[in-house]
Amino acid sequence: MNKTLNRRDFIKTTSATTIGVVTVASGITLTTFASTNKVPVTNEKRWGMLIDTNKLTEADIDGMVSACQKEQGWGSELHSTGSQKPGWIKKVKVKDKATGKVSNLALMCQHCEEPPCVDVCPTNASMKREDGIVLVDKHLCIGCRYCMMACPYDARSFVHETLSNQKEHMPRGKGTVESCTMCVHKVDKGEVPACVTSVNSDAVIFGDLYDASSKINQTLKTVQSAQIRADLNLNTGVRYSGI
Amino acid sequence: MSNIRFEQIEGKSLGFYILVAGLGILVLAALGSVYYMEHHGHFVTGMSNRIVWGMPHVFALFLIVAASGALNVASISSVFNKKLYKPLSRLSGLVALSLLAGGLMVLVLDLGRPDRLIVAMTEYNFKSIFAWNIILYNGFFVVVAVYLWMMFERRMNKFSRKAGLVAFGWRLILTTGTGSIFGFLVVRQAYDAVIMAPMFIIMSFAFGLAFFILILMASYQWTNRPLGDAMVNRLSSLLGVFVAAVMYFVAVHHLGNLYLAENTGVENFILFDGGIYTKLFWYGQIILGGLIPMALIYHPVTKGNRSMLGLASVLIIIGGLIQLYVIIIGGQAYPMELFPGKEILEGYGGVAQYSASLPEISLGIGGVALAIIAVTFLVKFLAFLPESLADDVTGPHHKS
Ligand code: SF4
Ligand code: SF4
Repeated sequence: MNKTLNRRDFIKTTSATTIGVVTVASGITLTTFASTNKVPVTNEKRWGMLIDTNKLTEADIDGMVSACQKEQGWGSELHSTGSQKPGWIKKVKVKDKATGKVSNLALMCQHCEEPPCVDVCPTNASMKREDGIVLVDKHLCIGCRYCMMACPYDARSFVHETLSNQKEHMPRGKGTVESCTMCVHKVDKGEVPACVTSVNSDAVIFGDLYDASSKINQTLKTVQSAQIRADLNLNTGVRYSGI
Repeated sequence: MSNIRFEQIEGKSLGFYILVAGLGILVLAALGSVYYMEHHGHFVTGMSNRIVWGMPHVFALFLIVAASGALNVASISSVFNKKLYKPLSRLSGLVALSLLAGGLMVLVLDLGRPDRLIVAMTEYNFKSIFAWNIILYNGFFVVVAVYLWMMFERRMNKFSRKAGLVAFGWRLILTTGTGSIFGFLVVRQAYDAVIMAPMFIIMSFAFGLAFFILILMASYQWTNRPLGDAMVNRLSSLLGVFVAAVMYFVAVHHLGNLYLAENTGVENFILFDGGIYTKLFWYGQIILGGLIPMALIYHPVTKGNRSMLGLASVLIIIGGLIQLYVIIIGGQAYPMELFPGKEILEGYGGVAQYSASLPEISLGIGGVALAIIAVTFLVKFLAFLPESLADDVTGPHHKS
């Protein structure tokens, strides 16, 4: 009961759209974001992203970062130092030690299918939706930061200071943990995440990994793609090609 | 031996009030720091998105680990039926509870949202080792409190051995749980080792006993009660064994890691080129917290000298804090392997910087002060301390 209420509050403050209540197999009732046409979030979809590092320019990545900042309202913290400021999406430059090839990529929450952050969170604040999007319920997060210790991708940030002027759909708050939401508020309305929209090429493809007719599914069938730290078997929703 | 008399301390001397006042100031300073950090947010601390657990965690985990170890004396007496330690069982339970209270205070007040404690107590994710630990810590209070009651209440004495067994089992699980917080972080090279859990258990033995010895010697000294050599020497050699065991585990841990290619990076970092962490490891953890205390305990010149035993205990506590600092902070400072085989030029990597801020340190010390204040008050109000632990009372010829 408590959980339903909490999540309901969460929705009220986070999303102007309607609420879908889904009973998952385990018997736990999850209230989640849902689309405007009242379709519940189900595990028939798995949202994902494919990032082609050969096509993605450095300018593209910078654009993705600022699109995310603008959409979600992070990055203008006044007091936090560089290493304390949130970074939902980062530009990472890597060099292959053997070949010397340098690649640039955008690194955000990988929306793991087996997310360590969700496993370790003591209060269920870190949660994975049925469609694979991993979120933090800001009303349940106690700021223990254990999820940050457990995330292999350094994808999470801690809010180190009091904030003002948050976005209506994104109630960020001091003392809680946050990370890329895959723009769930847009996705639930049938739109595409802000970072994806900001790139003017098909260097970043967003879509339903399970849908055989989706562009992402078809592309993944034809190109070589990789998960970062595939050895951890987390089955990430974000995939990369060209690295 | 059979007629050990327990008695409260008077607690009316000037010294008593000075002690309480001093500790009270430290606790208030900690609360003030919490208010300051809470009001501004964690940006006033040295923590960042890379070093997410800072100095308060070092103190909190240290106290929690020591708490479980402080129960050892009671366990040895009830579980292994060592009569010599029986008179100390009550104090041992008390020190254990007090240290745990201090540790939990620090842990809880360091949360980003300490005001949401109720969420932590009502929303459990049973997959989370952290959630288990919350249950284990709370359970420890209950189990040890029941155990103490069995010891205090004459009619219940006959159950005290059973209660002691339960408490002993509980504390082993509790420390395993604390060690496993790290064991579960498979992605962090510094922590990914099964040995973490047993190592934490043996660390708890040493840190807890060091605390216990200090509290015991201080309370007998300050209340002018007799404390015989038989008892002190026994505890002293036990402490020596525990410290040696910790060092053994540390050696196995690091040698084992060096053997695994994927962990050589972090091992080199801690052992050889990690700057401050390497220094803290060798000078702080190994020399100050291990070798010197062992020398003080075993060297013929210092052996049997109580001041030296006290010094050894203090060094073990400082060394233990340093050890946790190296594990917790050093383990985070070393970057995760995001792209094996690749060098990260920008965006992540490098050794993360951390320097503890004053409020963080003050919060940690406040936890220690809270633990000691709790012991000080409770020995005044309840009969925890035997009136005498002189050799003829504890039985100098008692071999078991
Ligand atoms: S990338 Fe990190 S934060 Fe995102 S789902 Fe995986 S473990 Fe969680
Ligand atoms: S910081 Fe928040 S989201 Fe992360 S593990 Fe703790 S309670 Fe869960």
